[in-house]
Order: sequence, then structure tokens, then C-alpha cells
Amino acid sequence: MYTKQNFINIEPADLFNRVQDMKAEGYRLVQICCTTLKSGFEVLYSFDLDGELVSLRLDMPANTEIDSISKIYWPAFIYENEMKDLFGLKIRHIELDFGGHFFRVAEETPWAPKTKAEVE
Amino acid sequence: MGKRTVIPFGPQHPVLPEPVHLDLVLDDEKVVDVIPSIGFVHRGLEKLVEIREYPEMVYVSERICGICSFGHGWGYSHAVEGLLNAEVPERAEYLRTIWHELSRIHSHLLWLGLLADGFGFESLFMHCWKLRETVLDLFEETTGGRVIFSVCRVGGVSRDMDKETLNKVVKTLRGMEKEIKELTDVFFEDYSVGNRLKGVGFITKEQAMELCAVGPVARGSGIRQDMRLSGPGIYNELGFEPIVFEEGDCWARCMVRIGELFQSIDLIEKAVEKIPEGDIIVPIKGVLPAGEAYMARLEQPRGEAIYYVRGQGTKFLERFRVRTPTCMNIPAMVKMLQGCDLADVPMMILTIDPCISCTER
Repeated sequence: MYTKQNFINIEPADLFNRVQDMKAEGYRLVQICCTTLKSGFEVLYSFDLDGELVSLRLDMPANTEIDSISKIYWPAFIYENEMKDLFGLKIRHIELDFGGHFFRVAEETPWAPKTKAEVE
Repeated sequence: MGKRTVIPFGPQHPVLPEPVHLDLVLDDEKVVDVIPSIGFVHRGLEKLVEIREYPEMVYVSERICGICSFGHGWGYSHAVEGLLNAEVPERAEYLRTIWHELSRIHSHLLWLGLLADGFGFESLFMHCWKLRETVLDLFEETTGGRVIFSVCRVGGVSRDMDKETLNKVVKTLRGMEKEIKELTDVFFEDYSVGNRLKGVGFITKEQAMELCAVGPVARGSGIRQDMRLSGPGIYNELGFEPIVFEEGDCWARCMVRIGELFQSIDLIEKAVEKIPEGDIIVPIKGVLPAGEAYMARLEQPRGEAIYYVRGQGTKFLERFRVRTPTCMNIPAMVKMLQGCDLADVPMMILTIDPCISCTER
């Protein structure tokens, strides 16, 4: 009844090459999801091939800058702009970059990790 | 080359039930480029996991959308049940499937009405929505709600349907079938409808795959992709097979949805025939495992939806993320708009059945 969960941990520096490999193997981009953790961010890149779901997982400090995958999967621009606007994630070279204005939110990057002072 | 003009389309526009903004770059009457923009109705629903315990979040999930509300509640519940490896009673899965397919009928009838309204066929629009009312009546009778049902729980469902009610659901749907057929024949046969839909908004199977399209947009371009083949529910026991059209235009996307109307009625009838007796819910208690995650997929009327949950060792989730089908179909819409006539823009936007409030959550 429940599907097997395939989460593969990778390093931020390997992201672009790993995604290129997924594309070459025929995977479809399913979603990109960012989670704020105490240590920074978890970013999941999920792909589907013949009904099987595989997610590449990045665990990284909040100030890490990652490459956009929108050159490989153009629809990724939606998720990357969302992560930039809501989480303050630093992403280089997004194909269609809205410069932080994709989501019109009252508070800038509302889901970004809080500083110690903000928590207190 | 003519003079290029940029026309703002939306966020308020007669064909848009919800706000999306498009900058249409025109060369005379031809659209040469499109820049989409959303973000007008972001509600931060996912962030409510910080203050709502996981059983309460079902109600929040249902409120992501007023059309596919049941599916969102089910998708979320299934994800949490997967995280906890809970065994949901079989009868509950049957009931969930029946309500979900009823939601698909109501969603597709609503969409057919909007499409008819979009090309100016007002009487067709009204007939579609009149038929949809019958499905809403069934919702009210079986759940107590017409839009938000609140019958889905983590661990099962809170309301049962007795044999008499289940038979009435099937009888009512079979009674509607003739009217749906008369109505949908207009979409099949009327030349003016064909003129607005056939050959318009064409994307090939390869393009749809490249753009990661989902739901009727993918199936209208010949891709056999439907989460009912592998997602939650009892579809395998009902002999489910996705409806696929190869044409790749607005007409094909419309035909997929029409086919699914009749298919959903058949699926509900089969589910009613096979539904087992038994419990409808199992009690689920305890905390969610820290650092563990589950990603569920569900076929909503608009396509594949994703529900990601991550536990943190308490009754509060660390993360709940929903990726709705429209989010994945916006890139396909942008590509199909490039090169079209300005007058066809509303048809193409409508045939992805955009739900922006869903997308922004």
C-alpha cells in the first residue's frame, strides 16, 4: 500500500552533474522542496521514472549557494523562485529569475532560518 | 516584423477564476513570449504545522482548495499514515476512493462549464453547472458538506455510508449519465466548439515530457501517466486504466476529462459492488518519528499532487509540503502559448484547468 521511499544524500557540489545524469536516464522532474532545519536547509529534488520516485537530498548550511537546474529541467524555475522568495535560498543562474518577486509576501523570506536574536 | 507589444493578462480576467498574471509579448496578433507571475494569494498554509498537531492538519489540507478538497485531505492523511506505517481499514480506502471519484466528476463538470463560458456558450456552461449540483447534493447527503467534507482522518474516515446510500449514489450517477452524454456530445460534435479547440494549444508528447506536464495535460498528449496506477486507494482492484488521447491540443485535453467523467461513474459502481464490511478508522496516537519523512502522490482531477511530511519527534510536523498539479502545468502552458493567436489565449489557459490558490497554498 505504501510506496518505497528513495532518498539519496548528495553534496551540493554534485547536484548539477547528478541531475544531468537523471535527465539522461529519462527521469521526469516531479518537485523540489525546501525545509528549514536548525542546521540550515534540506532540499529535495524528486524525479520519476516509470512510476518510481527518487529524491536527491541536500543537507546544507543556510549560506550555501547552489546551482540552478533550470538549464536541465526548465520547469524547475518555479520551485527555485519559490525557494528564493520564501526561504532565502541562494541559487545561481535561474533561467527565469523573478529576483525575489515571484511570491508577493508581506514579510521577506518568511521561512528563512531565524538568527539567535530573532528566536529570543 | 511588426511592432512588439506587451499586454498584461490577469490577475483579474473574465476567464480566470483565480489570479495569475501573464505578460504576453505580441508581434501583431501572435504571442511570441509569455512571462508568468503568481503569488497573489499565498496563504502560508504549510507553515501552520508549527501550531497545529498532525491530526488537525487534515482540516487545513482540505482548505488548500475548494474543488479538490477531499483529495488534499486524503493525500495528507496518506502521507502521515505512511510515515507511521499505519494500517488503514480496507473499507475506509473504498470510501475514500468513492468520494475522490465523486470529486473528480464535480471538478470536471465545473471545468467543462468554465470552458463553455470561455468560448461564449452560456447555455452549455449553465447545463454543466446544473449537473454538478447533483454531485454536490450527493456530497451533502453523504458527508454533510458540499465543499469541505471533513470526513477524512489520519487512520481512516469519520463517516460511513450504508448499503442503501451507496446504491443511491450509483443510481443517481447512472441517472445523470444520459444528461452528461447529451452535454458532452456538444463538445464532441458542435463545429463552433471544435473551431475553438481543435489544433489549438498543441504540444507534442516529447514536449509534454520535457515540460514535466501532469494530469489531463500529459494524457491529452499521449502520455500514459496517472497516479491512480500506483498511488493510494483501491484502483488496482477496480481494473483502472488511464484515458489517453494522442492529439495534444485543447480538444484532446477536453476529451480526456470527458472520458474521465464516465470512467469515474464506472469506478464508483465497481467500488460499491466490492466494498467490504468492517471498520472505517483505526486509532492513531503517538508522536511522529524524528527526522523521518514520507512522500505521497495522489491523482487529483488536475493531475499528480505531492504530499511531503517530515517528523520531528513530536505531534507537530517539521515540514508539510504540497506540490499541486497546476504548479507543474504552468511551464507547459507558457510553451503552448508561444506562437498562438491572442484570441486563443483564454482557451489554452483554461485547458490546463489552473488552480492558483492550490498552487500557492
